[in-house]
Amino acid sequence: MPEHKTLAATGNSVVAEAMRQCKPDVVAAYPITPQTTIVEEFAAFVAKGKTHCEYVTVESEHSAMSACIGASAAGARVMTATASQGLALMWEELYIASGMRLPIVMANANRALSAPINIHCDHSDIMGARDAGWVTLFAETAQEAYDNTIMSVRIAEHPDVLLPVMSCLDGFITTHSIDRVSVMDDESIAGFVGDYEPQNALLDTDNPVAHGNFSGLGGPYFEFKKQQREAIENSRAVIKSVGEEYSALSGRPFDVIETWGMEDAEVAVVVIGSTAGNARTVARHLRADGKKVGVVKVRVWRPFPYAEIAAALKGLKAVAVLDRSESFGAEGGPLFLEVRSALYDLAERVPVVNYIYGLGGSDVKLELIEQVFTDLADIAAGAAAPAGLVYLGAREEA
Amino acid sequence: MKWDISQMSEWTYKDFPPAAVIPEAGNSHYYITGGWRSERPVRSDEKCTQCLLCWIVCPDTSVMVADEKVVDFDLDHCKGCGICAQVCPVDAIDMVPEGCDLPGVK
Ligand code: SF4
Ligand code: SF4
Repeated sequence: MPEHKTLAATGNSVVAEAMRQCKPDVVAAYPITPQTTIVEEFAAFVAKGKTHCEYVTVESEHSAMSACIGASAAGARVMTATASQGLALMWEELYIASGMRLPIVMANANRALSAPINIHCDHSDIMGARDAGWVTLFAETAQEAYDNTIMSVRIAEHPDVLLPVMSCLDGFITTHSIDRVSVMDDESIAGFVGDYEPQNALLDTDNPVAHGNFSGLGGPYFEFKKQQREAIENSRAVIKSVGEEYSALSGRPFDVIETWGMEDAEVAVVVIGSTAGNARTVARHLRADGKKVGVVKVRVWRPFPYAEIAAALKGLKAVAVLDRSESFGAEGGPLFLEVRSALYDLAERVPVVNYIYGLGGSDVKLELIEQVFTDLADIAAGAAAPAGLVYLGAREEA
Repeated sequence: MKWDISQMSEWTYKDFPPAAVIPEAGNSHYYITGGWRSERPVRSDEKCTQCLLCWIVCPDTSVMVADEKVVDFDLDHCKGCGICAQVCPVDAIDMVPEGCDLPGVK
Protein backbone atom coordinates (compact mmCIF):
# COMPACT_ATOMS: atom_id res chain seq x y z
CA MET A 1 0.00 0.00 0.00
CA PRO A 2 1.24 3.50 -0.76
CA GLU A 3 2.51 5.88 1.86
CA HIS A 4 0.42 9.06 1.96
CA LYS A 5 1.81 12.38 3.01
CA THR A 6 -0.29 15.49 3.55
CA LEU A 7 1.18 18.78 2.36
CA ALA A 8 0.19 22.40 2.35
CA ALA A 9 1.00 23.19 -1.26
CA THR A 10 -0.15 25.07 -4.35
CA GLY A 11 -1.68 23.33 -7.35
CA ASN A 12 1.38 24.14 -9.45
CA SER A 13 3.71 22.73 -6.85
CA VAL A 14 1.94 19.36 -6.72
CA VAL A 15 1.71 19.20 -10.51
CA ALA A 16 5.50 19.60 -10.61
CA GLU A 17 5.77 16.91 -7.92
CA ALA A 18 3.50 14.57 -9.90
CA MET A 19 5.59 15.19 -13.04
CA ARG A 20 8.76 14.26 -11.15
CA GLN A 21 7.09 11.09 -9.88
CA CYS A 22 5.97 10.11 -13.41
CA LYS A 23 9.61 10.28 -14.58
CA PRO A 24 9.37 11.94 -17.98
CA ASP A 25 12.43 11.45 -20.22
CA VAL A 26 11.99 14.88 -21.80
CA VAL A 27 10.32 18.10 -20.68
CA ALA A 28 10.41 21.05 -23.09
CA ALA A 29 8.70 24.11 -21.70
CA TYR A 30 8.44 27.87 -21.72
CA PRO A 31 7.28 29.78 -18.66
CA ILE A 32 4.03 31.73 -18.73
CA THR A 33 1.85 33.07 -15.93
CA PRO A 34 0.14 31.37 -14.13
CA GLN A 35 1.88 28.14 -15.16
CA THR A 36 5.45 29.35 -14.53
CA THR A 37 5.98 27.77 -11.14
CA ILE A 38 5.23 24.30 -12.55
CA VAL A 39 8.18 24.38 -14.95
CA GLU A 40 10.27 26.37 -12.47
CA GLU A 41 9.87 23.76 -9.74
CA PHE A 42 10.34 20.93 -12.19
CA ALA A 43 13.52 22.59 -13.52
CA ALA A 44 14.76 22.74 -9.93
CA PHE A 45 14.19 18.97 -9.56
CA VAL A 46 16.30 18.40 -12.68
CA ALA A 47 19.03 20.82 -11.55
CA LYS A 48 19.24 19.14 -8.14
CA GLY A 49 19.42 15.68 -9.69
CA LYS A 50 16.08 14.64 -8.19
CA THR A 51 14.94 13.30 -11.54
CA HIS A 52 16.72 12.12 -14.64
CA CYS A 53 15.21 14.15 -17.43
CA GLU A 54 16.31 16.06 -20.52
CA TYR A 55 14.96 19.52 -19.74
CA VAL A 56 14.82 21.65 -22.88
CA THR A 57 14.60 25.41 -22.40
CA VAL A 58 13.07 26.68 -25.61
CA GLU A 59 12.39 30.20 -26.90
CA SER A 60 8.60 29.94 -27.16
CA GLU A 61 5.63 27.65 -26.62
CA HIS A 62 5.57 26.95 -30.34
CA SER A 63 9.04 25.50 -29.95
CA ALA A 64 8.14 23.81 -26.65
CA MET A 65 5.41 21.72 -28.22
CA SER A 66 7.53 21.13 -31.34
CA ALA A 67 10.34 19.77 -29.18
CA CYS A 68 7.84 17.64 -27.25
CA ILE A 69 6.51 16.20 -30.52
CA GLY A 70 10.01 15.37 -31.74
CA ALA A 71 10.98 13.78 -28.44
CA SER A 72 7.75 11.79 -28.24
CA ALA A 73 8.14 10.52 -31.80
CA ALA A 74 11.69 9.52 -30.86
CA GLY A 75 10.19 7.30 -28.15
CA ALA A 76 10.50 9.38 -24.97
CA ARG A 77 7.91 9.90 -22.23
CA VAL A 78 7.25 13.62 -22.60
CA MET A 79 5.53 16.15 -20.37
CA THR A 80 5.15 19.92 -20.41
CA ALA A 81 2.95 22.73 -19.13
CA THR A 82 1.53 25.97 -20.48
CA ALA A 83 -1.28 28.53 -20.18
CA SER A 84 -3.28 31.07 -22.13
CA GLN A 85 -1.29 32.79 -24.90
CA GLY A 86 1.23 29.96 -24.62
CA LEU A 87 -1.43 27.39 -25.43
CA ALA A 88 -2.62 29.64 -28.25
CA LEU A 89 0.91 29.81 -29.65
CA MET A 90 1.05 25.99 -29.58
CA TRP A 91 -2.10 25.86 -31.68
CA GLU A 92 -0.80 24.13 -34.80
CA GLU A 93 1.37 21.73 -32.79
CA LEU A 94 -1.60 20.62 -30.68
CA TYR A 95 -3.17 19.12 -33.78
CA ILE A 96 0.13 17.62 -34.90
CA ALA A 97 0.65 15.95 -31.52
CA SER A 98 -2.78 14.31 -31.61
CA GLY A 99 -2.63 13.50 -35.33
CA MET A 100 0.75 11.80 -34.81
CA ARG A 101 -0.83 9.96 -31.86
CA LEU A 102 1.87 11.05 -29.42
CA PRO A 103 1.06 10.46 -25.73
CA ILE A 104 2.38 13.82 -24.48
CA VAL A 105 0.99 14.97 -21.11
CA MET A 106 0.58 18.70 -20.58
CA ALA A 107 -0.71 20.76 -17.68
CA ASN A 108 -2.64 23.88 -18.63
CA ALA A 109 -3.12 26.65 -16.07
CA ASN A 110 -6.40 28.12 -17.36
CA ARG A 111 -6.09 31.81 -18.06
CA ALA A 112 -7.93 34.40 -20.14
CA LEU A 113 -6.79 35.32 -23.64
CA SER A 114 -5.85 38.85 -24.75
CA ALA A 115 -7.14 41.45 -25.57
CA PRO A 116 -7.40 43.24 -23.24
CA ILE A 117 -4.41 41.71 -21.51
CA ASN A 118 -5.44 39.71 -18.49
CA ILE A 119 -3.51 37.10 -16.56
CA HIS A 120 -6.36 35.66 -14.50
CA CYS A 121 -8.53 32.61 -14.69
CA ASP A 122 -11.03 31.66 -17.29
CA HIS A 123 -11.33 28.74 -19.68
CA SER A 124 -10.94 30.58 -23.00
CA ASP A 125 -7.52 29.05 -23.62
CA ILE A 126 -8.50 25.39 -23.40
CA MET A 127 -11.94 25.89 -24.95
CA GLY A 128 -10.21 27.32 -28.01
CA ALA A 129 -8.27 24.07 -28.22
CA ARG A 130 -11.23 21.83 -27.53
CA ASP A 131 -11.28 20.34 -31.05
CA ALA A 132 -7.52 19.68 -31.18
CA GLY A 133 -7.92 15.98 -30.40
CA TRP A 134 -6.46 15.99 -26.89
CA VAL A 135 -8.06 14.05 -24.06
CA THR A 136 -8.79 16.83 -21.56
CA LEU A 137 -9.22 16.59 -17.79
CA PHE A 138 -10.18 19.39 -15.40
CA ALA A 139 -9.21 19.76 -11.77
CA GLU A 140 -11.31 21.54 -9.17
CA THR A 141 -8.60 21.50 -6.51
CA ALA A 142 -4.84 21.09 -6.15
CA GLN A 143 -5.54 17.50 -5.09
CA GLU A 144 -7.35 16.77 -8.33
CA ALA A 145 -4.58 18.48 -10.30
CA TYR A 146 -2.06 16.08 -8.70
CA ASP A 147 -4.29 13.05 -9.29
CA ASN A 148 -5.21 14.02 -12.87
CA THR A 149 -1.55 14.51 -13.83
CA ILE A 150 -0.66 10.99 -12.77
CA MET A 151 -3.71 9.40 -14.39
CA SER A 152 -3.04 11.36 -17.59
CA VAL A 153 0.19 9.45 -18.20
CA ARG A 154 -1.57 6.08 -18.06
CA ILE A 155 -4.48 7.28 -20.24
CA ALA A 156 -2.18 8.83 -22.87
CA GLU A 157 0.14 5.83 -23.14
CA HIS A 158 -2.59 3.17 -23.23
CA PRO A 159 -2.21 1.24 -26.52
CA ASP A 160 -5.93 1.68 -27.28
CA VAL A 161 -5.60 5.46 -26.91
CA LEU A 162 -2.13 6.86 -27.75
CA LEU A 163 -3.31 10.45 -27.64
CA PRO A 164 -1.96 13.53 -25.88
CA VAL A 165 -3.69 14.46 -22.64
CA MET A 166 -4.19 17.93 -21.21
CA SER A 167 -4.67 18.31 -17.49
CA CYS A 168 -6.26 21.67 -16.69
CA LEU A 169 -6.28 23.61 -13.43
CA ASP A 170 -7.69 27.08 -12.82
CA GLY A 171 -5.13 29.86 -13.01
CA PHE A 172 -4.27 31.42 -9.63
CA ILE A 173 -7.35 29.96 -7.91
CA THR A 174 -5.95 26.44 -8.09
CA THR A 175 -2.42 27.04 -9.37
CA HIS A 176 -1.37 29.51 -6.66
CA SER A 177 -3.60 29.03 -3.62
CA ILE A 178 -2.15 26.88 -0.88
CA ASP A 179 -4.33 23.87 -0.43
CA ARG A 180 -4.29 20.67 1.58
CA VAL A 181 -2.98 17.92 -0.69
CA SER A 182 -2.25 14.27 -0.07
CA VAL A 183 0.62 12.92 -2.16
CA MET A 184 1.88 9.36 -2.45
CA ASP A 185 5.39 7.95 -2.30
CA ASP A 186 7.57 7.82 -5.42
CA GLU A 187 7.61 4.05 -5.66
CA SER A 188 3.84 3.71 -5.66
CA ILE A 189 3.48 6.30 -8.42
CA ALA A 190 6.30 4.73 -10.45
CA GLY A 191 4.54 1.37 -10.09
CA PHE A 192 1.21 2.87 -11.10
CA VAL A 193 2.42 4.66 -14.23
CA GLY A 194 4.87 1.91 -15.22
CA ASP A 195 7.52 2.16 -17.92
CA TYR A 196 6.65 3.65 -21.26
CA GLU A 197 7.01 1.27 -24.16
CA PRO A 198 6.77 3.40 -27.28
CA GLN A 199 5.41 2.09 -30.55
CA ASN A 200 7.25 3.18 -33.70
CA ALA A 201 10.03 5.03 -31.87
CA LEU A 202 12.32 6.93 -34.24
CA LEU A 203 15.31 5.96 -32.09
CA ASP A 204 14.56 2.26 -32.56
CA THR A 205 17.11 1.95 -35.36
CA ASP A 206 16.45 -1.77 -35.81
CA ASN A 207 12.93 -0.92 -36.95
CA PRO A 208 13.24 2.30 -38.93
CA VAL A 209 9.98 4.20 -39.46
CA ALA A 210 8.93 7.55 -40.87
CA HIS A 211 6.69 9.92 -38.86
CA GLY A 212 4.75 12.99 -39.93
CA ASN A 213 4.08 11.83 -43.46
CA PHE A 214 2.11 13.42 -46.25
CA SER A 215 -1.40 12.23 -46.94
CA GLY A 216 -2.78 14.61 -49.49
CA LEU A 217 -5.41 14.60 -52.19
CA GLY A 218 -6.58 11.07 -52.85
CA GLY A 219 -4.61 9.84 -49.83
CA PRO A 220 -6.11 8.34 -46.67
CA TYR A 221 -6.22 11.57 -44.57
CA PHE A 222 -9.90 10.89 -43.96
CA GLU A 223 -9.12 7.37 -42.69
CA PHE A 224 -6.50 8.72 -40.25
CA LYS A 225 -9.07 11.12 -38.79
CA LYS A 226 -11.44 8.20 -38.30
CA GLN A 227 -8.64 6.41 -36.44
CA GLN A 228 -8.33 9.45 -34.16
CA ARG A 229 -12.08 9.42 -33.48
CA GLU A 230 -11.85 5.73 -32.59
CA ALA A 231 -8.88 6.40 -30.29
CA ILE A 232 -10.65 9.13 -28.31
CA GLU A 233 -13.80 6.98 -28.09
CA ASN A 234 -11.59 4.15 -26.77
CA SER A 235 -10.31 6.53 -24.12
CA ARG A 236 -13.74 6.53 -22.42
CA ALA A 237 -13.28 2.98 -21.13
CA VAL A 238 -9.57 3.54 -20.45
CA ILE A 239 -10.27 6.68 -18.38
CA LYS A 240 -12.79 4.74 -16.30
CA SER A 241 -10.49 1.77 -15.68
CA VAL A 242 -7.42 3.93 -14.98
CA GLY A 243 -9.61 6.03 -12.66
CA GLU A 244 -10.79 2.95 -10.79
CA GLU A 245 -7.26 1.66 -10.39
CA TYR A 246 -6.06 5.05 -9.21
CA SER A 247 -8.97 5.35 -6.78
CA ALA A 248 -8.00 2.03 -5.23
CA LEU A 249 -4.44 3.30 -4.81
CA SER A 250 -5.24 6.81 -3.59
CA GLY A 251 -8.44 6.16 -1.67
CA ARG A 252 -10.07 9.08 -3.48
CA PRO A 253 -13.08 8.64 -5.77
CA PHE A 254 -12.85 9.44 -9.47
CA ASP A 255 -15.42 9.63 -12.21
CA VAL A 256 -15.82 11.54 -15.46
CA ILE A 257 -18.47 13.66 -13.78
CA GLU A 258 -18.96 14.25 -10.08
CA THR A 259 -22.49 14.69 -8.78
CA TRP A 260 -23.62 16.30 -5.54
CA GLY A 261 -27.20 16.06 -4.31
CA MET A 262 -28.41 14.62 -7.61
CA GLU A 263 -30.29 11.69 -6.04
CA ASP A 264 -33.40 13.83 -5.54
CA ALA A 265 -32.45 17.23 -7.00
CA GLU A 266 -35.12 19.14 -8.93
CA VAL A 267 -32.74 21.76 -10.30
CA ALA A 268 -28.98 21.65 -10.85
CA VAL A 269 -25.95 23.63 -11.88
CA VAL A 270 -23.37 22.14 -14.29
CA VAL A 271 -19.89 23.54 -13.86
CA ILE A 272 -16.21 22.88 -14.63
CA GLY A 273 -13.18 23.54 -12.46
CA SER A 274 -12.73 25.43 -9.21
CA THR A 275 -16.20 27.05 -9.24
CA ALA A 276 -17.68 23.61 -8.48
CA GLY A 277 -16.64 24.23 -4.87
CA ASN A 278 -18.52 27.55 -4.76
CA ALA A 279 -21.57 25.89 -6.31
CA ARG A 280 -21.56 23.06 -3.74
CA THR A 281 -21.20 25.53 -0.88
CA VAL A 282 -24.27 27.45 -2.04
CA ALA A 283 -26.15 24.22 -2.74
CA ARG A 284 -25.38 22.98 0.77
CA HIS A 285 -26.90 26.15 2.30
CA LEU A 286 -29.98 25.84 0.09
CA ARG A 287 -30.35 22.17 1.04
CA ALA A 288 -30.35 23.21 4.69
CA ASP A 289 -33.39 25.33 3.78
CA GLY A 290 -35.03 22.29 2.21
CA LYS A 291 -34.39 23.24 -1.43
CA LYS A 292 -33.78 20.25 -3.69
CA VAL A 293 -30.70 21.46 -5.53
CA GLY A 294 -27.74 19.62 -7.02
CA VAL A 295 -24.38 20.23 -8.64
CA VAL A 296 -22.78 18.34 -11.54
CA LYS A 297 -19.07 18.85 -12.06
CA VAL A 298 -17.46 17.84 -15.34
CA ARG A 299 -14.02 16.37 -14.66
CA VAL A 300 -13.38 14.91 -18.12
CA TRP A 301 -14.10 17.45 -20.83
CA ARG A 302 -12.82 15.46 -23.83
CA PRO A 303 -14.15 12.94 -24.60
CA PHE A 304 -17.31 14.70 -23.36
CA PRO A 305 -19.33 12.46 -21.00
CA TYR A 306 -22.67 13.04 -22.72
CA ALA A 307 -24.27 9.77 -21.57
CA GLU A 308 -23.34 10.43 -17.93
CA ILE A 309 -24.57 14.03 -18.18
CA ALA A 310 -27.89 12.93 -19.66
CA ALA A 311 -28.33 10.30 -16.94
CA ALA A 312 -27.53 12.81 -14.18
CA LEU A 313 -29.84 15.57 -15.46
CA LYS A 314 -32.75 13.42 -16.68
CA GLY A 315 -36.12 14.48 -15.29
CA LEU A 316 -34.90 17.77 -13.78
CA LYS A 317 -37.16 20.82 -13.80
CA ALA A 318 -34.37 23.24 -14.73
CA VAL A 319 -30.62 23.15 -15.34
CA ALA A 320 -28.10 26.00 -15.43
CA VAL A 321 -24.79 25.62 -17.25
CA LEU A 322 -21.97 27.87 -16.06
CA ASP A 323 -19.44 28.70 -18.74
CA ARG A 324 -16.14 30.35 -17.90
CA SER A 325 -15.48 31.16 -21.56
CA GLU A 326 -17.28 32.68 -24.50
CA SER A 327 -18.03 31.21 -27.88
CA PHE A 328 -18.87 34.52 -29.49
CA GLY A 329 -21.82 34.26 -31.78
CA ALA A 330 -22.74 30.75 -30.71
CA GLU A 331 -25.97 30.10 -28.86
CA GLY A 332 -24.05 29.75 -25.62
CA GLY A 333 -20.71 28.89 -24.07
CA PRO A 334 -18.89 25.66 -25.00
CA LEU A 335 -20.15 23.69 -21.97
CA PHE A 336 -23.73 24.82 -22.59
CA LEU A 337 -23.60 23.60 -26.18
CA GLU A 338 -22.36 20.18 -25.06
CA VAL A 339 -24.80 19.80 -22.18
CA ARG A 340 -27.85 20.83 -24.13
CA SER A 341 -26.86 18.51 -26.96
CA ALA A 342 -26.39 15.66 -24.46
CA LEU A 343 -29.97 16.21 -23.27
CA TYR A 344 -31.53 16.34 -26.73
CA ASP A 345 -32.18 12.61 -26.97
CA LEU A 346 -34.12 12.48 -23.71
CA ALA A 347 -37.83 11.86 -24.20
CA GLU A 348 -38.74 14.64 -21.80
CA ARG A 349 -37.30 18.10 -22.39
CA VAL A 350 -35.16 19.59 -19.62
CA PRO A 351 -35.04 23.43 -19.67
CA VAL A 352 -31.39 24.54 -19.82
CA VAL A 353 -30.13 28.07 -19.27
CA ASN A 354 -26.64 29.43 -19.80
CA TYR A 355 -24.57 31.79 -17.68
CA ILE A 356 -21.21 33.21 -18.72
CA TYR A 357 -19.23 33.98 -15.57
CA GLY A 358 -15.80 34.74 -14.18
CA LEU A 359 -14.12 35.85 -17.42
CA GLY A 360 -10.62 37.19 -16.83
CA GLY A 361 -10.81 36.14 -13.19
CA SER A 362 -13.82 38.30 -12.37
CA ASP A 363 -14.98 37.34 -8.93
CA VAL A 364 -17.34 34.37 -8.58
CA LYS A 365 -19.19 35.50 -5.48
CA LEU A 366 -21.48 33.09 -3.69
CA GLU A 367 -24.37 35.54 -4.20
CA LEU A 368 -23.99 35.12 -7.95
CA ILE A 369 -24.34 31.34 -7.71
CA GLU A 370 -27.27 31.88 -5.38
CA GLN A 371 -28.87 34.09 -8.03
CA VAL A 372 -28.51 31.20 -10.51
CA PHE A 373 -30.27 28.80 -8.14
CA THR A 374 -33.02 31.40 -7.55
CA ASP A 375 -33.52 31.69 -11.33
CA LEU A 376 -33.69 27.90 -11.55
CA ALA A 377 -36.31 27.74 -8.79
CA ASP A 378 -38.37 30.34 -10.69
CA ILE A 379 -38.11 28.39 -13.95
CA ALA A 380 -39.03 25.17 -12.12
CA ALA A 381 -42.10 26.99 -10.75
CA GLY A 382 -43.14 27.97 -14.27
CA ALA A 383 -41.47 31.36 -14.84
CA ALA A 384 -39.98 32.08 -18.25
CA ALA A 385 -36.28 31.25 -18.62
CA PRO A 386 -33.99 34.20 -19.37
CA ALA A 387 -33.88 34.75 -23.13
CA GLY A 388 -30.36 33.96 -24.35
CA LEU A 389 -27.27 33.70 -22.26
CA VAL A 390 -26.74 35.75 -19.12
CA TYR A 391 -23.48 37.51 -18.21
CA LEU A 392 -23.57 36.60 -14.54
CA GLY A 393 -22.71 39.60 -12.37
CA ALA A 394 -22.06 42.01 -15.25
CA ARG A 395 -22.89 45.64 -14.50
CA GLU A 396 -26.30 46.48 -15.93
CA GLU A 397 -27.68 49.78 -17.12
CA ALA A 398 -29.76 51.46 -14.45
CA MET B 1 9.28 -4.66 -50.05
CA LYS B 2 8.38 -5.73 -46.49
CA TRP B 3 5.26 -3.60 -46.29
CA ASP B 4 2.68 -4.72 -48.82
CA ILE B 5 0.71 -1.69 -49.93
CA SER B 6 -0.57 -3.19 -53.17
CA GLN B 7 -4.17 -3.19 -51.87
CA MET B 8 -3.94 0.21 -50.17
CA SER B 9 -6.75 1.73 -52.20
CA GLU B 10 -9.05 -0.87 -50.61
CA TRP B 11 -7.86 -0.35 -47.02
CA THR B 12 -10.25 0.86 -44.34
CA TYR B 13 -9.14 3.05 -41.42
CA LYS B 14 -8.33 -0.12 -39.48
CA ASP B 15 -5.73 -1.28 -42.02
CA PHE B 16 -3.53 1.82 -41.99
CA PRO B 17 -0.70 1.97 -39.46
CA PRO B 18 -1.80 4.50 -36.81
CA ALA B 19 -0.71 8.11 -37.14
CA ALA B 20 0.34 7.76 -40.80
CA VAL B 21 3.58 6.13 -39.66
CA ILE B 22 5.39 4.41 -42.50
CA PRO B 23 6.75 1.18 -40.99
CA GLU B 24 9.48 0.66 -43.57
CA ALA B 25 12.53 2.76 -44.32
CA GLY B 26 13.67 3.88 -47.76
CA ASN B 27 10.41 3.22 -49.52
CA SER B 28 10.19 6.56 -51.30
CA HIS B 29 11.94 4.62 -54.07
CA TYR B 30 8.58 2.98 -54.74
CA TYR B 31 6.80 6.29 -55.10
CA ILE B 32 6.92 7.12 -58.80
CA THR B 33 7.09 10.90 -59.03
CA GLY B 34 8.44 11.32 -62.55
CA GLY B 35 4.94 12.25 -63.72
CA TRP B 36 5.38 15.73 -62.23
CA ARG B 37 7.87 16.45 -65.06
CA SER B 38 7.00 18.66 -68.01
CA GLU B 39 10.43 18.45 -69.66
CA ARG B 40 12.82 15.53 -69.79
CA PRO B 41 16.64 15.69 -69.90
CA VAL B 42 18.29 14.08 -72.92
CA ARG B 43 22.08 13.69 -72.85
CA SER B 44 24.37 13.51 -75.87
CA ASP B 45 27.05 10.85 -75.28
CA GLU B 46 29.18 12.47 -77.96
CA LYS B 47 29.31 15.90 -76.33
CA CYS B 48 29.49 14.65 -72.72
CA THR B 49 32.96 14.80 -71.12
CA GLN B 50 31.88 12.79 -68.05
CA CYS B 51 32.75 15.61 -65.66
CA LEU B 52 29.88 14.36 -63.38
CA LEU B 53 28.74 17.88 -62.49
CA CYS B 54 25.14 16.94 -63.34
CA TRP B 55 25.35 13.96 -61.01
CA ILE B 56 26.55 16.21 -58.18
CA VAL B 57 23.83 18.85 -58.58
CA CYS B 58 20.74 16.78 -59.34
CA PRO B 59 18.40 17.39 -56.35
CA ASP B 60 16.56 14.12 -57.01
CA THR B 61 19.58 11.83 -57.38
CA SER B 62 18.18 10.99 -60.79
CA VAL B 63 21.44 11.09 -62.78
CA MET B 64 22.44 7.43 -62.91
CA VAL B 65 26.09 6.57 -62.81
CA ALA B 66 27.88 3.26 -63.39
CA ASP B 67 31.66 2.80 -63.26
CA GLU B 68 32.06 6.55 -62.63
CA LYS B 69 30.27 7.40 -65.85
CA VAL B 70 26.85 8.97 -66.46
CA VAL B 71 24.77 6.27 -68.16
CA ASP B 72 21.15 7.39 -67.91
CA PHE B 73 18.47 9.39 -66.07
CA ASP B 74 16.10 7.79 -63.57
CA LEU B 75 12.92 8.99 -65.25
CA ASP B 76 10.73 7.42 -62.55
CA HIS B 77 11.96 10.15 -60.20
CA CYS B 78 13.52 12.97 -62.31
CA LYS B 79 11.33 16.09 -61.92
CA GLY B 80 12.63 17.77 -65.05
CA CYS B 81 13.96 20.77 -63.14
CA GLY B 82 16.67 21.32 -65.75
CA ILE B 83 19.47 22.03 -63.29
CA CYS B 84 21.63 19.35 -64.91
CA ALA B 85 21.19 21.01 -68.31
CA GLN B 86 21.97 24.45 -66.81
CA VAL B 87 25.24 23.40 -65.21
CA CYS B 88 26.59 21.17 -67.97
CA PRO B 89 29.76 22.98 -69.16
CA VAL B 90 29.52 21.57 -72.67
CA ASP B 91 25.74 21.80 -73.19
CA ALA B 92 25.45 18.06 -73.50
CA ILE B 93 21.96 17.98 -71.96
CA ASP B 94 18.82 19.17 -73.75
CA MET B 95 15.47 19.59 -72.04
CA VAL B 96 12.76 18.30 -74.38
CA PRO B 97 9.00 18.64 -73.86
CA GLU B 98 7.44 15.68 -72.10
CA GLY B 99 4.38 13.77 -73.23
CA CYS B 100 2.44 11.65 -70.72
CA ASP B 101 3.69 8.45 -72.25
CA LEU B 102 5.60 6.85 -69.37
CA PRO B 103 4.25 3.52 -68.13
CA GLY B 104 3.39 3.35 -64.43
CA VAL B 105 3.48 7.11 -63.98
CA LYS B 106 0.58 8.59 -62.01
S1 SF4 C 1 16.20 17.49 -64.80
FE1 SF4 C 1 16.55 17.90 -62.63
S2 SF4 C 1 15.78 16.08 -61.64
FE2 SF4 C 1 16.03 15.52 -63.76
S3 SF4 C 1 18.06 14.67 -63.89
FE3 SF4 C 1 18.28 16.84 -64.37
S4 SF4 C 1 18.76 17.78 -62.41
FE4 SF4 C 1 17.96 15.75 -61.96
S1 SF4 D 1 27.50 17.85 -66.70
FE1 SF4 D 1 27.46 17.51 -68.88
S2 SF4 D 1 29.48 16.92 -69.43
FE2 SF4 D 1 29.35 16.72 -67.22
S3 SF4 D 1 28.75 14.60 -66.95
FE3 SF4 D 1 26.87 15.73 -67.00
S4 SF4 D 1 26.25 15.68 -69.16
FE4 SF4 D 1 28.36 15.06 -69.07
